[in-house]
Amino acid sequence: MFLAAEHFARAPQWTWFILFYFFFAGLAGGSYVVGTLLRLSRDAHDESAARLAFYISLAATVLCPVLLTADLGSVSWVRFWHMLINVTPGDTGLSFKYWSPMSVGAWALMVFGFFSFVSAVDAWFRDRQGGGLLPPGLNQVFNITGAIVGLFIASYTGVLLSVSNQPVWSDTWALGGLFLASGLSGSTALITLLVRFRPDARFSLQRLRLADGYFGVLELALLIAFFVTVAAAGEAGRILPWFALWIIALIGIGASLLGVRRPARVEASGESAAMAPVAIEATVVSAVVLLAVLAVRAAVIFSAQ
Amino acid sequence: MATIKAGESYGFFTDTSICIGCKACEVACKEWNQLQGNDPAFLADSYDNTGDLDAQNWRHVKFIEHVPDQPVTQGNGTAWLLMSDVCKHCKHASCMEVCPTGAIIRTEFDTVFIQQDVCNGCRNCVAACPYAVIGMNQSTGTAHKCTLCYDRLQGGMEPACAKACPTQSIQFGPLADLQKAADVRLAALQSQGVTQAQLYGRDDTVYGGLNAFFLLMDKPETYGLPNASNAVLPTRNNVGGYLAALVTAALGVVAGLVAFRRRGGA
Repeated sequence: MFLAAEHFARAPQWTWFILFYFFFAGLAGGSYVVGTLLRLSRDAHDESAARLAFYISLAATVLCPVLLTADLGSVSWVRFWHMLINVTPGDTGLSFKYWSPMSVGAWALMVFGFFSFVSAVDAWFRDRQGGGLLPPGLNQVFNITGAIVGLFIASYTGVLLSVSNQPVWSDTWALGGLFLASGLSGSTALITLLVRFRPDARFSLQRLRLADGYFGVLELALLIAFFVTVAAAGEAGRILPWFALWIIALIGIGASLLGVRRPARVEASGESAAMAPVAIEATVVSAVVLLAVLAVRAAVIFSAQ
Repeated sequence: MATIKAGESYGFFTDTSICIGCKACEVACKEWNQLQGNDPAFLADSYDNTGDLDAQNWRHVKFIEHVPDQPVTQGNGTAWLLMSDVCKHCKHASCMEVCPTGAIIRTEFDTVFIQQDVCNGCRNCVAACPYAVIGMNQSTGTAHKCTLCYDRLQGGMEPACAKACPTQSIQFGPLADLQKAADVRLAALQSQGVTQAQLYGRDDTVYGGLNAFFLLMDKPETYGLPNASNAVLPTRNNVGGYLAALVTAALGVVAGLVAFRRRGGA
């Protein structure tokens, strides 16, 4: 199933554009999932935070193809659509390879763009008129389907790295899960951060912090799995120089874990006055978590290159 | 040599035991393929200032110094290992496997070819190639590597490097013929006591067999080539990677549902 190997491969020089693509893909998919889960709580008070999540998802999704296309360079960016359409003479048609995460990811990003756009527009209609684009039952099915694609978008970037012959990346099975857990954590943190602009969403603050804590536990477990598998492959020397980034990542995970311990404070008080200091704390924690999401991806990407 | 026919497998047999490091192959390759080459640089790496295979160097003569500390008897020294490296045109090609655009194809001559008008410069093939063969051409924004002189083959001519090689270290021809020649050469060397000689990529133990295979004078790792146990395809990690993501997704959804569960109208 998984095999470490001695590597002689050349680094692909995937740097800043890809780093930020991975970052925003995690937030795009993760936010959609969090928004869907908030709606599945069946508590009307969480609806405002759910809509915020769908807005964030769309904003992050819009950036993704821009970053991917920019990464192709100034010459060949006009061929971004070759990811989807094979233009080989005599073999034209759709280009889809289920065994190539990059190929599947290109299609998934397009499909996810549809879900993300419709759900954001739906949220906008609900905000303005009270009624959404889709009837409630159908909307729930739509959200769940979109969330499944969102889970893929947030995770496939890690699998894409592993499906290579690069040191570190191909020496571990943990990257897909790590990026997903990190994306979920970052999405929850970003929603928490932006709740300040949507006062009626503050009701969900404590739940978001709690969820971030749970996602942090997952992320920590996968980060440990990542370190263990890479060390077992004899490539620990490549990840250690990025010590500072790993520390930032661990601080962010630690900040997420605070959510498991602390949310009871707000629930116990239940007063708006008590929300203010907690909101400030949540803002700081969210900023640290988001920085950690970026740091994890940067450390992984640069370790092999 | 016989007429080059579409539908037959062609390749290179590079016999490193008779390579003299003249680099005629590098020059011929650049001449024919109009490769400008990289800016001159002094690499302080034996007689090698080419460095690596990349978008501008589709043939690269490696100089691997093995100068022993103790004196050796006449005719028994191996001061350098020389090897004219090139794209291996693998049967199971990692680059072709991951290419999302379909730009990398197998030609009618059973060689691996990057279509420049289809490639969009994603660099997935660069990350996948286990031999560090593929490089990015900054002026075209696309991936480049040895084409096994696809255009020459279509015109019935052998590749430029093989044509220029003065010692026939680089032999071109139908794969079956090359494999027979390699077997004969290996047997001859081993009968002379050169027991370290070995064929690399002749059989299917490395990426299903290489259309450009080698006779090596040391173990593959010495030349920067993965041995049979390390010759693995990128897609080996699909199952493990997706499985970890799937388990994480399931746990993440459950965690989210627990965190957001209804709490009786808080």
